[in-house]
Amino acid sequence: MQVMTDLFARIFGDGLSPVGLLVAGGLTMALIMALVMASCAIVFTWAERKVAGFIQSRYGPMRVGRWHGVLQPVADMVKILGKEDIVPRDADKPLFLLAPFVIFIGSLMAWAAIPFAPGFIAADLDLGLFYIFAVSSAATIGILMAGWASNNKWSLYGAARGAAQAVSYEIPLALACIPVVMITGSLNMNDIVVAQQGGIWRWHFLHDPFLFVAFLLYFVASIAEVNRGPFDLPETESELVAGYHTEYTGMRFAFFFLAEYANLFLVSCVATAVFLGGWQPLFGPVFLPGLVFVIKAVLLVLLQMWLRWTLPRLRVDQLMHVCWKVMVPLALVCVLGAGIWMLATGQAG
Amino acid sequence: MTQTPCLAAVATGLHADYTTVLLFLLFGIFFGNLALGIARLVRPRKPGGEKEVTYECGELPSGSSWVRFNIRFYLVALFFIVFDVEVIFLYPWAVVFRPLSEAAGSLVFVEMAMFLGILALGLAYVWIKGDLDWVKSLARRNGPEVGGE
Repeated sequence: MQVMTDLFARIFGDGLSPVGLLVAGGLTMALIMALVMASCAIVFTWAERKVAGFIQSRYGPMRVGRWHGVLQPVADMVKILGKEDIVPRDADKPLFLLAPFVIFIGSLMAWAAIPFAPGFIAADLDLGLFYIFAVSSAATIGILMAGWASNNKWSLYGAARGAAQAVSYEIPLALACIPVVMITGSLNMNDIVVAQQGGIWRWHFLHDPFLFVAFLLYFVASIAEVNRGPFDLPETESELVAGYHTEYTGMRFAFFFLAEYANLFLVSCVATAVFLGGWQPLFGPVFLPGLVFVIKAVLLVLLQMWLRWTLPRLRVDQLMHVCWKVMVPLALVCVLGAGIWMLATGQAG
Repeated sequence: MTQTPCLAAVATGLHADYTTVLLFLLFGIFFGNLALGIARLVRPRKPGGEKEVTYECGELPSGSSWVRFNIRFYLVALFFIVFDVEVIFLYPWAVVFRPLSEAAGSLVFVEMAMFLGILALGLAYVWIKGDLDWVKSLARRNGPEVGGE
């Protein structure tokens, strides 16, 4: 944000008032983040098909574009643009039309608090981490709206599962981040990253054994939170057709898709910032911070794709079992253990 | 400067970052409408016919799907509310944990441990009651040794 307002101040000099600067800077950052989301969808849909191809001993897309089907996402986009926008006759029309917006805007707003590099954060909120959790859970409302409004039994089941799953896994997700907040004493995303300065041994996931478990818990819960395999029960194509977005076509369907891939990258970005040192390199002084951050997050995304294409899908009772009987107790142990560790090693008290 | 000093102070001071959040919301609405607007110019529009029928394996849908929810999803939502409120209480505590325990010692930790302990007791209660099992009646019939799975 500061980067943008400074830039506009330099371009316009005294021509813009502080309010004008703020609005111009904020809207520019919003545009950049929307483009980041769009490029997530473009890059990761291609990457996901290639990864799936390699894992299943085939090529994946090869035709569009000269090299390994790189232009496949562009072809998909053109095709989606040309698709008719169908609203089922029996659907609840206002809710049906609103749902993609809720999901998309919830995702976009969460991007406002991601610290890509020093100073390159749209909204440097004191409540950063808490804000991200709060805003990104709006997706649950969107899923429920889409499933209910479609008036389709598949969609309804998908939505009910999606909502139950998302709210369940939000608990270990939020609990896993609490030890980090205890260490840094701040919810500000910038502060959390700056606290991990000084090489890989200062990164939070290696702070103590409880933090390492908390990182694993966060990672698993985040996969469930974005409804991806092996936790993709809301959309299980083999039993629920396409889950909550069965009835959506064309551009509205594209919003669900966009938000899914953007959220995939978003949770990886949060994991990077909170546990993996953000823009801090493995060792040595900070260099190319934005690139370091993106590389770490993309590696996490690739890991999630690898998991999606190697692990079988969980059954719905196993899903709840894992969350409430394994992850929530483990997360509580992590919070208490991290506190005891800090008291015992003299980092607090 | 044409703006009133009050507005400028709000925008550049404490609330500058939250103004950005509002701008993100507005931009999201604009961007979504823009994308749909572009699609509207390109795509065909021939409503009517069977394509407006709700999809149900190619058959005509039997009845509305606005039916009652499975009770299990309701129970999950109840658990969620209890634990979500707990997490909300934990966050402010976690922020002040280090400075406060430097001032007041390990009492800060013990207090939160008691709070978490009571909640863990609640979780253990619903666990033993079988409310965390997907099919509660099945767990009861099979006895406690199979009930966990």
